Amino acid sequence: MSPLDDVPLWLALPVAGLVMLGSTLTLIGAWGFLRLDSFYDRLHAPTLASSWGTGGVILASALLASFQQGRPILHELMVGLGIMTTVPVTLMLLGRAALHRDRAEGKLPPAPDRDDGPGKDE
Amino acid sequence: MMTRLVPYPVQSGLLTILWMVMTRFSLGHLLLGGALALLAGWAMSSLHPERATPRNWRVVPRLIATLFGDIVRSNIRVARLILTEGRSDRRSAFLEVPLQLRSPTGLAVLAIILTATPGTAWIEYSHDRQSLVLHVFDGAETDHYLGVIRDVYEPMLQEIFE
Amino acid sequence: MSGTILTFAIGYAQVVLGLAGCLAGVRILRGPRAQDRVLALDTLYIAVMLLFLVTGMRLGSLYLFEAAMVIAVMGFVASIALAKFLFRGEVIE
Repeated sequence: MSPLDDVPLWLALPVAGLVMLGSTLTLIGAWGFLRLDSFYDRLHAPTLASSWGTGGVILASALLASFQQGRPILHELMVGLGIMTTVPVTLMLLGRAALHRDRAEGKLPPAPDRDDGPGKDE
Repeated sequence: MMTRLVPYPVQSGLLTILWMVMTRFSLGHLLLGGALALLAGWAMSSLHPERATPRNWRVVPRLIATLFGDIVRSNIRVARLILTEGRSDRRSAFLEVPLQLRSPTGLAVLAIILTATPGTAWIEYSHDRQSLVLHVFDGAETDHYLGVIRDVYEPMLQEIFE
Repeated sequence: MSGTILTFAIGYAQVVLGLAGCLAGVRILRGPRAQDRVLALDTLYIAVMLLFLVTGMRLGSLYLFEAAMVIAVMGFVASIALAKFLFRGEVIE
Protein backbone atom coordinates (compact mmCIF):
# COMPACT_ATOMS: atom_id res chain seq x y z
CA MET A 1 0.00 0.00 0.00
CA SER A 2 2.80 2.43 -0.82
CA PRO A 3 0.73 5.06 -2.72
CA LEU A 4 -1.59 5.56 0.25
CA ASP A 5 1.25 6.10 2.74
CA ASP A 6 2.33 9.37 1.10
CA VAL A 7 -1.01 11.02 1.79
CA PRO A 8 -0.80 13.57 4.63
CA LEU A 9 -3.02 13.06 7.64
CA TRP A 10 -5.11 16.21 7.08
CA LEU A 11 -6.22 14.78 3.74
CA ALA A 12 -6.48 11.14 4.85
CA LEU A 13 -9.02 11.88 7.59
CA PRO A 14 -11.67 13.62 5.43
CA VAL A 15 -11.16 11.10 2.62
CA ALA A 16 -11.62 8.17 5.01
CA GLY A 17 -14.66 9.84 6.58
CA LEU A 18 -16.32 10.53 3.23
CA VAL A 19 -15.68 7.01 1.94
CA MET A 20 -17.15 5.44 5.07
CA LEU A 21 -20.13 7.81 5.09
CA GLY A 22 -20.90 7.14 1.43
CA SER A 23 -20.62 3.38 1.64
CA THR A 24 -22.64 3.20 4.87
CA LEU A 25 -25.46 5.25 3.33
CA THR A 26 -25.44 2.98 0.27
CA LEU A 27 -25.72 -0.04 2.55
CA ILE A 28 -28.61 1.54 4.50
CA GLY A 29 -30.36 2.22 1.19
CA ALA A 30 -29.90 -1.37 0.02
CA TRP A 31 -30.99 -2.69 3.41
CA GLY A 32 -34.14 -0.59 3.34
CA PHE A 33 -34.71 -1.75 -0.19
CA LEU A 34 -34.79 -5.36 1.00
CA ARG A 35 -36.75 -4.59 4.13
CA LEU A 36 -39.59 -2.29 3.04
CA ASP A 37 -42.91 -3.84 2.14
CA SER A 38 -44.51 -1.94 -0.71
CA PHE A 39 -43.00 -0.99 -4.05
CA TYR A 40 -43.69 2.71 -3.59
CA ASP A 41 -41.77 2.69 -0.30
CA ARG A 42 -38.89 0.89 -1.92
CA LEU A 43 -38.76 3.60 -4.56
CA HIS A 44 -37.20 5.88 -1.94
CA ALA A 45 -34.35 3.59 -0.92
CA PRO A 46 -32.04 4.02 -3.96
CA THR A 47 -32.11 7.82 -3.61
CA LEU A 48 -30.08 7.36 -0.44
CA ALA A 49 -27.40 5.61 -2.50
CA SER A 50 -27.63 8.08 -5.37
CA SER A 51 -27.43 11.29 -3.33
CA TRP A 52 -24.94 11.14 -0.45
CA GLY A 53 -23.87 7.56 -1.02
CA THR A 54 -22.46 8.45 -4.40
CA GLY A 55 -21.56 11.98 -3.30
CA GLY A 56 -19.34 10.85 -0.43
CA VAL A 57 -17.40 8.28 -2.41
CA ILE A 58 -17.03 10.56 -5.43
CA LEU A 59 -15.77 13.49 -3.35
CA ALA A 60 -13.25 11.28 -1.56
CA SER A 61 -12.08 9.80 -4.84
CA ALA A 62 -11.68 13.25 -6.41
CA LEU A 63 -9.71 14.56 -3.40
CA LEU A 64 -7.35 11.59 -3.38
CA ALA A 65 -6.82 11.55 -7.15
CA SER A 66 -6.16 15.31 -7.18
CA PHE A 67 -3.47 14.87 -4.53
CA GLN A 68 -1.87 11.90 -6.26
CA GLN A 69 -1.85 13.45 -9.73
CA GLY A 70 -0.78 16.86 -8.45
CA ARG A 71 -3.54 18.68 -10.38
CA PRO A 72 -7.27 19.10 -9.72
CA ILE A 73 -9.12 16.05 -11.04
CA LEU A 74 -12.72 16.99 -11.72
CA HIS A 75 -14.02 14.20 -13.92
CA GLU A 76 -15.09 12.20 -10.86
CA LEU A 77 -17.43 15.06 -9.97
CA MET A 78 -18.94 14.89 -13.46
CA VAL A 79 -19.78 11.22 -12.98
CA GLY A 80 -21.29 12.02 -9.60
CA LEU A 81 -23.41 14.75 -11.12
CA GLY A 82 -24.45 12.33 -13.86
CA ILE A 83 -25.56 9.71 -11.34
CA MET A 84 -27.41 12.27 -9.22
CA THR A 85 -29.42 13.50 -12.20
CA THR A 86 -29.99 10.24 -14.09
CA VAL A 87 -31.15 8.03 -11.20
CA PRO A 88 -34.17 10.28 -10.44
CA VAL A 89 -35.20 10.03 -14.09
CA THR A 90 -35.15 6.24 -13.88
CA LEU A 91 -37.06 6.27 -10.58
CA MET A 92 -39.70 8.60 -11.99
CA LEU A 93 -40.25 6.40 -15.04
CA LEU A 94 -40.39 3.29 -12.87
CA GLY A 95 -42.87 4.95 -10.51
CA ARG A 96 -45.12 5.86 -13.40
CA ALA A 97 -44.78 2.40 -14.94
CA ALA A 98 -45.71 0.80 -11.61
CA LEU A 99 -48.73 3.09 -11.25
CA HIS A 100 -49.78 2.29 -14.80
CA ARG A 101 -49.49 -1.45 -14.18
CA ASP A 102 -51.26 -1.30 -10.82
CA ARG A 103 -54.14 0.59 -12.39
CA ALA A 104 -54.35 -1.80 -15.31
CA GLU A 105 -54.66 -4.66 -12.83
CA GLY A 106 -57.21 -2.77 -10.74
CA LYS A 107 -55.04 -2.64 -7.62
CA LEU A 108 -55.31 1.14 -7.50
CA PRO A 109 -58.30 3.33 -8.32
CA PRO A 110 -58.03 4.76 -11.87
CA ALA A 111 -57.64 8.54 -11.81
CA PRO A 112 -57.67 10.97 -8.84
CA ASP A 113 -58.80 10.24 -5.28
CA ARG A 114 -55.70 8.42 -4.07
CA ASP A 115 -55.30 9.63 -0.52
CA ASP A 116 -54.57 6.19 0.80
CA GLY A 117 -51.36 4.33 0.09
CA PRO A 118 -51.65 1.11 -1.89
CA GLY A 119 -51.65 -2.21 -0.09
CA LYS A 120 -48.65 -4.43 0.28
CA ASP A 121 -47.96 -6.07 -3.02
CA GLU A 122 -47.04 -9.62 -2.10
CA MET B 1 -27.93 32.74 -38.91
CA MET B 2 -26.33 32.57 -35.50
CA THR B 3 -29.18 30.53 -34.07
CA ARG B 4 -29.03 28.15 -37.06
CA LEU B 5 -25.32 27.61 -36.54
CA VAL B 6 -25.39 27.31 -32.75
CA PRO B 7 -28.94 26.30 -31.83
CA TYR B 8 -28.17 25.64 -28.17
CA PRO B 9 -25.33 27.95 -27.06
CA VAL B 10 -25.54 27.23 -23.32
CA GLN B 11 -25.76 23.47 -23.73
CA SER B 12 -22.97 23.42 -26.33
CA GLY B 13 -20.72 25.50 -24.07
CA LEU B 14 -21.36 23.19 -21.11
CA LEU B 15 -20.69 20.16 -23.30
CA THR B 16 -17.33 21.63 -24.37
CA ILE B 17 -16.36 22.26 -20.74
CA LEU B 18 -17.45 18.73 -19.86
CA TRP B 19 -15.26 17.35 -22.65
CA MET B 20 -12.24 19.25 -21.37
CA VAL B 21 -12.85 18.19 -17.78
CA MET B 22 -13.01 14.57 -18.88
CA THR B 23 -9.80 14.80 -20.90
CA ARG B 24 -7.55 17.77 -20.12
CA PHE B 25 -7.50 21.53 -20.68
CA SER B 26 -5.66 22.23 -23.96
CA LEU B 27 -6.32 23.98 -27.25
CA GLY B 28 -6.65 20.71 -29.16
CA HIS B 29 -9.31 19.41 -26.82
CA LEU B 30 -11.07 22.78 -26.88
CA LEU B 31 -11.40 22.53 -30.67
CA LEU B 32 -12.36 18.84 -30.68
CA GLY B 33 -14.85 19.24 -27.83
CA GLY B 34 -16.28 22.40 -29.40
CA ALA B 35 -16.80 20.63 -32.73
CA LEU B 36 -18.51 17.71 -31.03
CA ALA B 37 -20.69 20.08 -29.00
CA LEU B 38 -21.78 21.88 -32.20
CA LEU B 39 -22.62 18.56 -33.84
CA ALA B 40 -24.62 17.56 -30.76
CA GLY B 41 -26.45 20.90 -30.90
CA TRP B 42 -27.47 20.31 -34.53
CA ALA B 43 -28.58 16.77 -33.72
CA MET B 44 -30.61 18.04 -30.78
CA SER B 45 -32.28 20.85 -32.72
CA SER B 46 -33.80 18.29 -35.07
CA LEU B 47 -35.17 16.35 -32.09
CA HIS B 48 -36.41 18.99 -29.72
CA PRO B 49 -37.68 22.25 -31.14
CA GLU B 50 -38.33 24.04 -27.86
CA ARG B 51 -35.49 25.93 -26.17
CA ALA B 52 -34.82 25.38 -22.50
CA THR B 53 -32.55 28.26 -21.58
CA PRO B 54 -33.00 29.80 -18.13
CA ARG B 55 -34.09 33.44 -18.31
CA ASN B 56 -32.75 34.40 -14.96
CA TRP B 57 -29.40 33.05 -13.78
CA ARG B 58 -29.24 34.92 -10.48
CA VAL B 59 -31.54 32.52 -8.65
CA VAL B 60 -29.64 29.39 -9.74
CA PRO B 61 -26.97 29.46 -6.97
CA ARG B 62 -29.64 29.99 -4.33
CA LEU B 63 -31.61 27.04 -5.73
CA ILE B 64 -28.52 24.80 -5.61
CA ALA B 65 -27.72 25.86 -2.03
CA THR B 66 -31.29 25.18 -0.86
CA LEU B 67 -31.31 21.83 -2.62
CA PHE B 68 -28.00 20.86 -1.02
CA GLY B 69 -29.30 21.63 2.47
CA ASP B 70 -32.54 19.75 1.85
CA ILE B 71 -30.73 16.69 0.54
CA VAL B 72 -28.45 16.53 3.59
CA ARG B 73 -31.41 16.91 5.92
CA SER B 74 -33.61 14.32 4.25
CA ASN B 75 -30.72 11.85 3.93
CA ILE B 76 -30.43 11.85 7.71
CA ARG B 77 -34.19 11.52 8.18
CA VAL B 78 -34.70 8.70 5.71
CA ALA B 79 -31.64 6.77 6.93
CA ARG B 80 -32.97 6.94 10.48
CA LEU B 81 -36.47 5.88 9.37
CA ILE B 82 -35.09 2.87 7.47
CA LEU B 83 -33.00 1.79 10.46
CA THR B 84 -35.99 2.01 12.81
CA GLU B 85 -38.36 0.42 10.29
CA GLY B 86 -40.80 -1.90 12.02
CA ARG B 87 -40.41 -0.16 15.37
CA SER B 88 -41.79 3.23 14.32
CA ASP B 89 -45.31 3.87 13.09
CA ARG B 90 -44.21 5.37 9.79
CA ARG B 91 -46.88 5.42 7.10
CA SER B 92 -46.15 6.49 3.55
CA ALA B 93 -48.74 8.52 1.67
CA PHE B 94 -49.74 9.66 -1.78
CA LEU B 95 -50.08 13.41 -1.99
CA GLU B 96 -51.70 15.64 -4.56
CA VAL B 97 -49.93 18.97 -4.99
CA PRO B 98 -51.49 21.77 -7.07
CA LEU B 99 -48.86 23.64 -9.09
CA GLN B 100 -48.65 27.15 -10.55
CA LEU B 101 -45.58 26.31 -12.58
CA ARG B 102 -46.30 25.85 -16.29
CA SER B 103 -42.97 25.77 -18.09
CA PRO B 104 -42.13 22.19 -19.20
CA THR B 105 -38.45 22.69 -18.40
CA GLY B 106 -39.29 24.04 -14.96
CA LEU B 107 -41.52 21.03 -14.31
CA ALA B 108 -38.75 18.68 -15.44
CA VAL B 109 -36.27 20.35 -13.07
CA LEU B 110 -38.80 20.20 -10.23
CA ALA B 111 -39.33 16.49 -10.94
CA ILE B 112 -35.60 15.79 -10.70
CA ILE B 113 -35.25 17.89 -7.54
CA LEU B 114 -38.11 16.13 -5.78
CA THR B 115 -37.05 12.63 -6.81
CA ALA B 116 -33.36 13.23 -6.05
CA THR B 117 -34.26 14.26 -2.49
CA PRO B 118 -34.72 11.11 -0.41
CA GLY B 119 -38.21 10.89 1.04
CA THR B 120 -40.19 12.22 -1.90
CA ALA B 121 -40.81 10.65 -5.29
CA TRP B 122 -42.57 12.26 -8.23
CA ILE B 123 -45.12 9.78 -9.55
CA GLU B 124 -47.12 11.63 -12.18
CA TYR B 125 -48.20 15.05 -13.41
CA SER B 126 -51.66 15.73 -14.76
CA HIS B 127 -51.94 18.51 -17.34
CA ASP B 128 -55.72 18.75 -16.98
CA ARG B 129 -55.75 19.12 -13.23
CA GLN B 130 -52.41 20.97 -13.17
CA SER B 131 -51.29 19.05 -10.18
CA LEU B 132 -48.72 16.41 -9.47
CA VAL B 133 -48.96 13.19 -7.52
CA LEU B 134 -46.14 12.78 -5.05
CA HIS B 135 -45.28 9.78 -2.93
CA VAL B 136 -43.85 10.69 0.48
CA PHE B 137 -41.95 8.18 2.55
CA ASP B 138 -43.02 9.63 5.88
CA GLY B 139 -46.69 10.63 5.95
CA ALA B 140 -46.12 12.81 9.02
CA GLU B 141 -44.03 15.17 6.86
CA THR B 142 -46.86 15.89 4.42
CA ASP B 143 -47.39 19.51 5.46
CA HIS B 144 -43.67 20.19 5.44
CA TYR B 145 -43.27 19.03 1.84
CA LEU B 146 -46.38 20.90 0.68
CA GLY B 147 -44.96 24.07 2.22
CA VAL B 148 -41.47 23.56 0.77
CA ILE B 149 -42.78 23.02 -2.74
CA ARG B 150 -45.22 25.92 -2.64
CA ASP B 151 -43.04 28.49 -0.89
CA VAL B 152 -39.49 27.57 -1.86
CA TYR B 153 -38.99 25.56 -5.03
CA GLU B 154 -41.95 26.69 -7.11
CA PRO B 155 -41.30 30.47 -6.83
CA MET B 156 -37.60 29.93 -7.57
CA LEU B 157 -38.28 27.84 -10.66
CA GLN B 158 -40.92 30.30 -11.84
CA GLU B 159 -38.37 33.07 -11.51
CA ILE B 160 -35.79 31.09 -13.47
CA PHE B 161 -37.91 29.73 -16.30
CA GLU B 162 -40.96 32.01 -16.67
CA MET C 1 -0.37 6.30 9.90
CA SER C 2 -2.49 7.85 7.17
CA GLY C 3 -1.87 4.75 5.04
CA THR C 4 -3.41 2.61 7.80
CA ILE C 5 -6.44 4.90 8.14
CA LEU C 6 -7.08 4.94 4.41
CA THR C 7 -6.54 1.20 4.01
CA PHE C 8 -9.01 0.54 6.81
CA ALA C 9 -11.62 2.99 5.46
CA ILE C 10 -11.35 1.68 1.91
CA GLY C 11 -11.43 -1.94 3.06
CA TYR C 12 -14.56 -1.19 5.09
CA ALA C 13 -16.16 0.53 2.08
CA GLN C 14 -15.34 -2.45 -0.16
CA VAL C 15 -17.00 -4.90 2.23
CA VAL C 16 -20.03 -2.67 2.81
CA LEU C 17 -20.59 -1.92 -0.87
CA GLY C 18 -20.22 -5.60 -1.73
CA LEU C 19 -22.87 -6.35 0.89
CA ALA C 20 -25.15 -3.65 -0.54
CA GLY C 21 -24.79 -5.25 -3.98
CA CYS C 22 -25.71 -8.65 -2.49
CA LEU C 23 -28.83 -7.21 -0.82
CA ALA C 24 -29.91 -5.74 -4.16
CA GLY C 25 -29.19 -9.12 -5.76
CA VAL C 26 -31.50 -10.83 -3.28
CA ARG C 27 -34.23 -8.37 -4.27
CA ILE C 28 -33.67 -9.15 -7.96
CA LEU C 29 -34.20 -12.84 -7.25
CA ARG C 30 -37.15 -12.32 -4.91
CA GLY C 31 -39.08 -9.81 -6.97
CA PRO C 32 -42.01 -10.04 -6.44
CA ARG C 33 -42.87 -7.99 -9.53
CA ALA C 34 -40.99 -6.85 -12.59
CA GLN C 35 -40.69 -3.23 -11.43
CA ASP C 36 -39.01 -4.41 -8.21
CA ARG C 37 -36.42 -6.29 -10.22
CA VAL C 38 -35.66 -3.28 -12.42
CA LEU C 39 -35.33 -1.04 -9.36
CA ALA C 40 -33.05 -3.63 -7.75
CA LEU C 41 -30.90 -3.68 -10.88
CA ASP C 42 -30.61 0.10 -10.59
CA THR C 43 -29.45 -0.20 -6.96
CA LEU C 44 -27.06 -3.00 -7.88
CA TYR C 45 -25.33 -0.99 -10.55
CA ILE C 46 -24.87 2.01 -8.27
CA ALA C 47 -23.29 -0.23 -5.62
CA VAL C 48 -21.01 -1.91 -8.16
CA MET C 49 -20.00 1.43 -9.68
CA LEU C 50 -19.06 2.76 -6.23
CA LEU C 51 -17.17 -0.48 -5.55
CA PHE C 52 -15.12 0.09 -8.71
CA LEU C 53 -14.36 3.66 -7.66
CA VAL C 54 -13.29 2.61 -4.17
CA THR C 55 -11.10 -0.19 -5.56
CA GLY C 56 -9.58 2.33 -7.94
CA MET C 57 -8.70 4.53 -4.94
CA ARG C 58 -7.01 1.60 -3.25
CA LEU C 59 -4.94 0.65 -6.29
CA GLY C 60 -4.28 4.26 -7.25
CA SER C 61 -5.24 3.64 -10.87
CA LEU C 62 -7.49 5.75 -13.06
CA TYR C 63 -8.54 2.83 -15.29
CA LEU C 64 -11.14 1.56 -12.85
CA PHE C 65 -12.69 5.01 -12.93
CA GLU C 66 -13.30 4.64 -16.66
CA ALA C 67 -14.96 1.29 -16.02
CA ALA C 68 -17.17 2.91 -13.38
CA MET C 69 -18.19 5.59 -15.86
CA VAL C 70 -19.16 2.98 -18.45
CA ILE C 71 -21.21 1.12 -15.82
CA ALA C 72 -23.00 4.35 -14.88
CA VAL C 73 -23.94 5.18 -18.48
CA MET C 74 -24.93 1.63 -19.42
CA GLY C 75 -26.93 1.19 -16.24
CA PHE C 76 -28.89 4.36 -16.91
CA VAL C 77 -29.75 3.39 -20.47
CA ALA C 78 -30.66 -0.16 -19.43
CA SER C 79 -32.97 0.98 -16.62
CA ILE C 80 -34.69 3.54 -18.82
CA ALA C 81 -35.24 0.94 -21.55
CA LEU C 82 -36.64 -1.57 -19.04
CA ALA C 83 -38.91 1.04 -17.44
CA LYS C 84 -40.21 1.99 -20.88
CA PHE C 85 -40.81 -1.65 -21.60
CA LEU C 86 -42.89 -1.97 -18.42
CA PHE C 87 -45.13 0.77 -19.83
CA ARG C 88 -45.67 -0.80 -23.21
CA GLY C 89 -44.96 -4.47 -22.66
CA GLU C 90 -47.24 -7.16 -21.36
CA VAL C 91 -49.15 -5.63 -18.48
CA ILE C 92 -50.26 -8.79 -16.70
CA GLU C 93 -47.41 -11.11 -15.76
